[in-house]
Amino acid sequence: MSAVITHPGHAAGTRRKLPYPIGHQFHADLLCYRRNIQSVFFTILMPVLFLVILASIFRNATVNVPGGTIKESVYYVPGLIAYGLITAAFSNLALSVVRNRESGIYKRRRATPLPASVVIASRAAIAVLTALAITAVMLGIGWAAYGASIPGRTAPAFLLDVIVGAAVFCCLGFAMASLIRNVDAVQPVIWATVLPLSFISGIFIATSELPRWLADISYVFPVHPLAAALLEAYNPHTTGSGLNWGYLAILAAWGVAGLIIAVRRFNWLPRGG
Amino acid sequence: MEAVSREPAVRGPEGTGQVSRPAVIEVRGLRKSYDGLEAVAGIDLEVRGGEIFAFLGPNGAGKTTTVEILEGYRRRTAGDVCVLGTDPAQAGRDWRARIGVVLQESQPEDELTAEECLSLYAGYYPHPRPVGETLDLVGLTDHRNARCGRMSGGQRRRLDVALALIGDPELIFLDEPTTGFDPAARKSAWDVIAGLRDLGKTIFLTTHYMEEAERLADRIAVLAAGRIVAEGTAATLGGRDTEASVVSFTLPPDVSAADLPPALAACVTRTSNGRVEADTRSPLRLVGILAGWAQARGIDLPDLDVRRPTLEDVYLQLTREPR
Repeated sequence: MSAVITHPGHAAGTRRKLPYPIGHQFHADLLCYRRNIQSVFFTILMPVLFLVILASIFRNATVNVPGGTIKESVYYVPGLIAYGLITAAFSNLALSVVRNRESGIYKRRRATPLPASVVIASRAAIAVLTALAITAVMLGIGWAAYGASIPGRTAPAFLLDVIVGAAVFCCLGFAMASLIRNVDAVQPVIWATVLPLSFISGIFIATSELPRWLADISYVFPVHPLAAALLEAYNPHTTGSGLNWGYLAILAAWGVAGLIIAVRRFNWLPRGG
Repeated sequence: MEAVSREPAVRGPEGTGQVSRPAVIEVRGLRKSYDGLEAVAGIDLEVRGGEIFAFLGPNGAGKTTTVEILEGYRRRTAGDVCVLGTDPAQAGRDWRARIGVVLQESQPEDELTAEECLSLYAGYYPHPRPVGETLDLVGLTDHRNARCGRMSGGQRRRLDVALALIGDPELIFLDEPTTGFDPAARKSAWDVIAGLRDLGKTIFLTTHYMEEAERLADRIAVLAAGRIVAEGTAATLGGRDTEASVVSFTLPPDVSAADLPPALAACVTRTSNGRVEADTRSPLRLVGILAGWAQARGIDLPDLDVRRPTLEDVYLQLTREPR
């Protein structure tokens, strides 16, 4: 151990501005995320597995969608993109935020000049990036295995839906994290919210095959508008741009609600006992 | 890089050499209640620039609550607190750039190496210390490429200290920094902390180890049940300097305690199996009487011992629960 301590910075008499290290933080978060290879792998693998399984089970089936019928295998692509996006932006994000908070990583950062907005923006950027990666992988599989592709005229709408969806579920992920008190509670809470909503929101079962009352319930929650918006842009029968402002408005409302809770309740300190 | 030749902090035995330095931490009438229970029941503190201030107290005495108020983590119920000229409850990013914190418990970013973790934190500060040098300072150079998640407890603790130093802070809070260290690691941590003082850093240290406080601290305050029960230097704390010494010795088998001269016998507090213990505020006089008496009788007392109360004795006395 060296006893010589030098004293940089102040000696020069310069007073530099406080950094706003968003790129720096993102680089480190990305490194952590990439090294947590299991998490990345399964986040991307899970919707792929669901797609392959569901498309195989309902190989020859067709499903009613606005404007006509499409093969189930095609139907599942946008639905499971929505599912993967929710996993990346909501489930994984909430888990990592609670874990970082409860393990004291955020608490330590709180003692530094790091602004909260850097922590939040960097983690959200990771989620959006993962969502985009999942989308690309799923679109590739849909195209290669099931001969489905996005019509050029609806591609911009599809991309917009993905980005808005990822951003909205990030807000909800931060909000959810702020309400959960310990790491062990994250998975049960996420499963109990995401899975039932996925079943009634047209992700695993087409909305046209659901009892009416169940479908009606799903319209209130954010999973259905995301899945439906993606389906509309992905559906070959769609005419026009494929942009559905109604769905985006419902999503945005949830996003704003999530953002308000997240901002008001964001906590650096562990909440559990 | 220039080695700093800043004036080392002057250390008088009473801490008087530091009176001229400005107060870095000033606390008046600090109170903190949780659900009506007072964890901190009105304390006053002053820590001056360049000193190591040790805050002792049993678990639950309010140490961490107090430290976390000073660090800006917790809000106080009442009282005035000023740290580096600012109220920590209102402090902003500029203020945080000037403090370093070792929390009692914290985990590092498991997926990063020690070096990456330090580089990340260095990026938060306007004037960070060099990463390599900071690793060297805490003795982690050989482990710089080890993932934090795979480090031993002692290595993680050293990383905690390195992370608190990376921003080159003026004031460093160390909340039980050497808990779980083996004796060698603890000694080298003490060297690091003493080295920081020589740089003119101010250190607020909480610890359970009396030896740590005695070795490092310029001043010590003892907290019990939310109140400061004693404050002073390691030598004077709780009247340690004027407290009675214990003179003890074993009499040969053929001599009984009843044979002792009356002046000595009056001080005897305890005898068992020929071992005699006597309390006195003037140990030299007592030992003189004892020596004269023993020499006259031609006996030796090979295990004669004069013991001053240790810091631990004083501490245990001070923090004893009222019965």
